[in-house]
Amino acid sequence: MLIIEDLQVKLADKVILKHIDLEIRPGETHILFGPNGSGKTSLLMTIMGYPQYRVTAGKICFKGEDITNRSINDRAAMGIGMSYQRPPSIHGLKTSQMIRLCGKNGMNVEELAEKVNFTSFLERDINVGFSGGEIKRSELLQLMAQDPDLLLFDEPESGVDLENIVLIGNTISELLQRHMKPTGDQTVKEVNKSRTRMGLIITHTGFILDYVSADRGQVLYDGILACKANPVEIFKQIKQQGYEECVRCAN
Amino acid sequence: MRELEKKAVEAKDKKASLGPDIDLREFIVDAPGHGSIESPEQLPEADKKRMMLAGVDAGEKDRSGTFIQKDATAIFSRSYVPGLEVLPIKEALDNVEWVKDYYWKLLAVDTDKYTSQAYKELHNGYVIRALPGSSVTFPIQACMYLEHEGLSQNVHNIIIAEEGSELHIITGCATASHVTKGLHVGISEFYVKENAKLSFTMIHNWAENVLVRPRSAGIVEKGGLFLNNYICMKPVKSLQMYPTTRLVGKGAVARFYSLLVGNPGSELDVGGRACLDAEETRAEIISRAITNGGNLIARGELIGRKPGVRGHLECRGLILNGGTIHAIPELIGKEEGVELSHEAAVGKIAQEEILYLMSRGLTEEEAAATIVRGFLSVDIPGLPAVLKAEIDRAVELSQKDMM
Repeated sequence: MLIIEDLQVKLADKVILKHIDLEIRPGETHILFGPNGSGKTSLLMTIMGYPQYRVTAGKICFKGEDITNRSINDRAAMGIGMSYQRPPSIHGLKTSQMIRLCGKNGMNVEELAEKVNFTSFLERDINVGFSGGEIKRSELLQLMAQDPDLLLFDEPESGVDLENIVLIGNTISELLQRHMKPTGDQTVKEVNKSRTRMGLIITHTGFILDYVSADRGQVLYDGILACKANPVEIFKQIKQQGYEECVRCAN
Repeated sequence: MRELEKKAVEAKDKKASLGPDIDLREFIVDAPGHGSIESPEQLPEADKKRMMLAGVDAGEKDRSGTFIQKDATAIFSRSYVPGLEVLPIKEALDNVEWVKDYYWKLLAVDTDKYTSQAYKELHNGYVIRALPGSSVTFPIQACMYLEHEGLSQNVHNIIIAEEGSELHIITGCATASHVTKGLHVGISEFYVKENAKLSFTMIHNWAENVLVRPRSAGIVEKGGLFLNNYICMKPVKSLQMYPTTRLVGKGAVARFYSLLVGNPGSELDVGGRACLDAEETRAEIISRAITNGGNLIARGELIGRKPGVRGHLECRGLILNGGTIHAIPELIGKEEGVELSHEAAVGKIAQEEILYLMSRGLTEEEAAATIVRGFLSVDIPGLPAVLKAEIDRAVELSQKDMM
């Protein structure tokens, strides 16, 4: 479980997140909406543990431990993983090497890469000259290898062409165990209950909602989490009335 | 020869245009001789180990020949494949008529005091030649080993890839671990003839107080390819070289890759120059320099003299732990239509890359090591796998000291 309590975060000297409360239970996937500059990426980076995002109040707990002051790699080891929107390129580090670094020994990189149609990129330097869609697939591949319990997605559909959006949507759905089908004597409800993966997805366009079922949606506006509801409902509202209405509603 | 002698004498005190000046009188030139060996396996274990670090395998696995010089003596020289000739240069100068056509033909003996010394006090060196049309798939290895304290080791090498041949050489220079003072003066002349392919990979493994002054030059004829890799990652007191390669035949190609590490107390001034003198020639000079507290100058110069020639120069430097990196890329276009470009960058490891790797579970140290390894890993098209593996091993070994 991820529990964020009354979190306040500063970047440089500016307060960018205020009084954030958020709870993601095992098996739940949340969608984070919000206009540009509202602090969505900052929230993800803070959960991941990027040191430039300074927590000045409140705390973050994961799996029952206070991780507010834990390093990024500690958090990764505890099972937090992130798919970046614009990850840095690393010259000389091949994608296949990166996947091996992410994963546990004994996994089959080729096989994993086939799932996201990425085998032909394995010998390329990671993120060097990748298109938007290629970056997204590379990030998913890394997460597949890393196999975390809490997955943070920063706009996984941005820059992705229509052909690949299905692939990306379905892969995320699979990673978050949203795809599971009842087998034998299990009911759908039981299967859903057996999910353990947690997800937090930032989306701008909402396209991802067509592929990934989510339990809850939230709107982040000007550093404040404003609305909690069914994600599809929220998305409809935003499309009709824009973000201002969400805030007015929350206040 | 008399002319050479005269010029050498005249230049005996002539300072080099680059690099700190060395007082040659501080070094001896008379070294005790060594007996020849029947197999590199007969070398003392300590020597083998040092040579191994410079890519020279005493077991001669995947090698088509071996040349070993200890101090002033060529102690082993053998080719295992038809079409490949290897012999000590002194023997060659005495017995092989054609060698004179290649001796001091690309380099001037009066370039500076080091070329002068290499002529006047020549110890030995090798002549390696691939016969026309021959293809030597496994590399031949050559080692210059400096064991005698205070010696100025003076060598001269001639490398010839005859028409249509393919030749790969790995050469390692190393010092015995007890040597605290020494100088290595190495002359190398490279001849890549029509449609020949030559790869030359040099790994230096000197010691903290050793001075090194290589002087080399190359010429590439029509359709020829010259691939030159230089790796110097271990401490050395002072190293200065700036070899020139001339591309004189249509479509000739030269590529230079260097991986340099400046350790504390080391002074490296390393560069490469390519003259694109014929139509459709291409050249690429790529260097990766890391300083760990040492001073490093990475030079590069491309001179385009025919329309349509293409050259690219790339210097990247990483300052890890103090020290200086001075990148000096130069482009000289002498004709309309030359295409020359360069890219130089000096910086530190990007924090963003470290954090990215940490978010995948690596510790900060592991992340930094991974980035440095990536920085030093350059894809060298056309290099045999066994040589690529030697370069990777050299990088791996020195990285342990570096981080």
